[in-house]
Amino acid sequence: MKTFQLTRAADNAQAIASAAKATTAQQGAEVRFIGGGTTLIDLMKLNVERPQTLIDINRLPLDKIEALPDGGLTIGAVVRNSDLAYHPLVRKNYTVLSEAILSGATVQLRNMATTAGNLLQRTRCMYFRETSMPCNKREPGSGCAAITGVNRSLAILGTSEHCIATNPSDMNVALAALEATIHVRGTKGERSIPIADFHVLPGNTPQRETVLEPGDLITHVTLPPSAPGSRSLYLKLRDRASYEFALASAAVVVTVANGTITRARIALGGVGTKPWRSTEAEGELTNQPATQAVFQKAADAALRGAKPQSQNGFKVELAKRCLVHALKLATQAA
Amino acid sequence: MTSPDLKDAIPVSLRVNGKKYDLRIDPRTTLLDCLREHLHLTGSKKGCDHGQCGACTVHINGRRVNSCLCFAAMHQGEEITTIEGIGQPENLHPMQAAFVASDAYQCGYCTSGQIMSAVALLQEPCGRDDADVKEFMSGNICRCGAYPNIVAAIQSVRQNVKPQKPA
Repeated sequence: MKTFQLTRAADNAQAIASAAKATTAQQGAEVRFIGGGTTLIDLMKLNVERPQTLIDINRLPLDKIEALPDGGLTIGAVVRNSDLAYHPLVRKNYTVLSEAILSGATVQLRNMATTAGNLLQRTRCMYFRETSMPCNKREPGSGCAAITGVNRSLAILGTSEHCIATNPSDMNVALAALEATIHVRGTKGERSIPIADFHVLPGNTPQRETVLEPGDLITHVTLPPSAPGSRSLYLKLRDRASYEFALASAAVVVTVANGTITRARIALGGVGTKPWRSTEAEGELTNQPATQAVFQKAADAALRGAKPQSQNGFKVELAKRCLVHALKLATQAA
Repeated sequence: MTSPDLKDAIPVSLRVNGKKYDLRIDPRTTLLDCLREHLHLTGSKKGCDHGQCGACTVHINGRRVNSCLCFAAMHQGEEITTIEGIGQPENLHPMQAAFVASDAYQCGYCTSGQIMSAVALLQEPCGRDDADVKEFMSGNICRCGAYPNIVAAIQSVRQNVKPQKPA
């Protein structure tokens, strides 16, 4: 591990001013905020991340979960995943978020990992984590070893010829289906970013994963009020029953009235280079009867643009079945 | 308790098992390495060093974490508890006694991490069934495969502890 200077931010403004000295807000930045450290310290040990300065933000006042006047929820950047998953309002109104978080990692990691850290979680692509291999995300221009290599777990949606790395987060998939908003403070003030616009596709610049700029500090995430009468859930399919990343997952938020789906929000995990909201699937579901045939049409629509690699063709069908089954469970009579 | 002349060393005060330690350590020092190499509390073990095996599990302010993924300097002012802090050979914690009684280990390398997780689990919203315990213990790997006896040990202690309802 490269050595670094460890500082503790006295307040948000100081944290932002310090981080703004970096040339990028992305991986490889010279200055990094550190929350739970579960991704960052792991990658520093692998020399994938080599920050010169770490800014400890754990003691900034960003650790609250609070109900909003409109019925929504605000979640602080350094709220621990465990605290979020078990919060009574999350369990009651945002089941999909609680289930998604609890399906990921382990108790130890969830006790450490933060909301903002999870938003910025790095891919588990083994070539990204291994510095002796080419990887355009880690070393722009070096090539992608995964496209011709071991790619069974990697993405089939949103890929480019430069990168097929999967976004590994479960939480992000739930936040996409819940239409969360990411609140950021930077050198130019505050701004709000819909989660759909927060992560970017790899394209020609896979080293860039989010719209964050140097100095940008995620302060909190807000959720809109849960849709009246809606039900939500997270279904995750993986190689073993616990402590494993998704091969395919589905976050669904649906409202059914008299057998008709009146509203649907759909996001997929394990298959996309970013948390994969599928408005195509939503379009096939809205104002349609809650039947297997409709679920299948939605799943087909969600995966229509899939581009499988040499080893992950199975994910197309797996993701479809995952979504169909999730919709079946979410629309069953209570 | 002071490291040899390290040019980048920083002063760090830690509270471990109720005792205060003032150290000078490299900022890269993980809590696990600090416990083992500087404080000579070698009960916490290094397995994978990447948060995947759970052998390094300790409690910070009563919650279990992977000490290999913590920088020691970030945990000043917090209450750190290691396996040495929960029981001693002549005065075992009920979970330690249950691991002995249930033969819940073979080589023993993962055991302190298993026990630290199991002790924390008693205060977590874990369901009653063996399957619930297995899920909550999935962050602790046992290469010897003592899992059935680990679950049995934990369940035997829980029968004497009122299970917590999910929040």
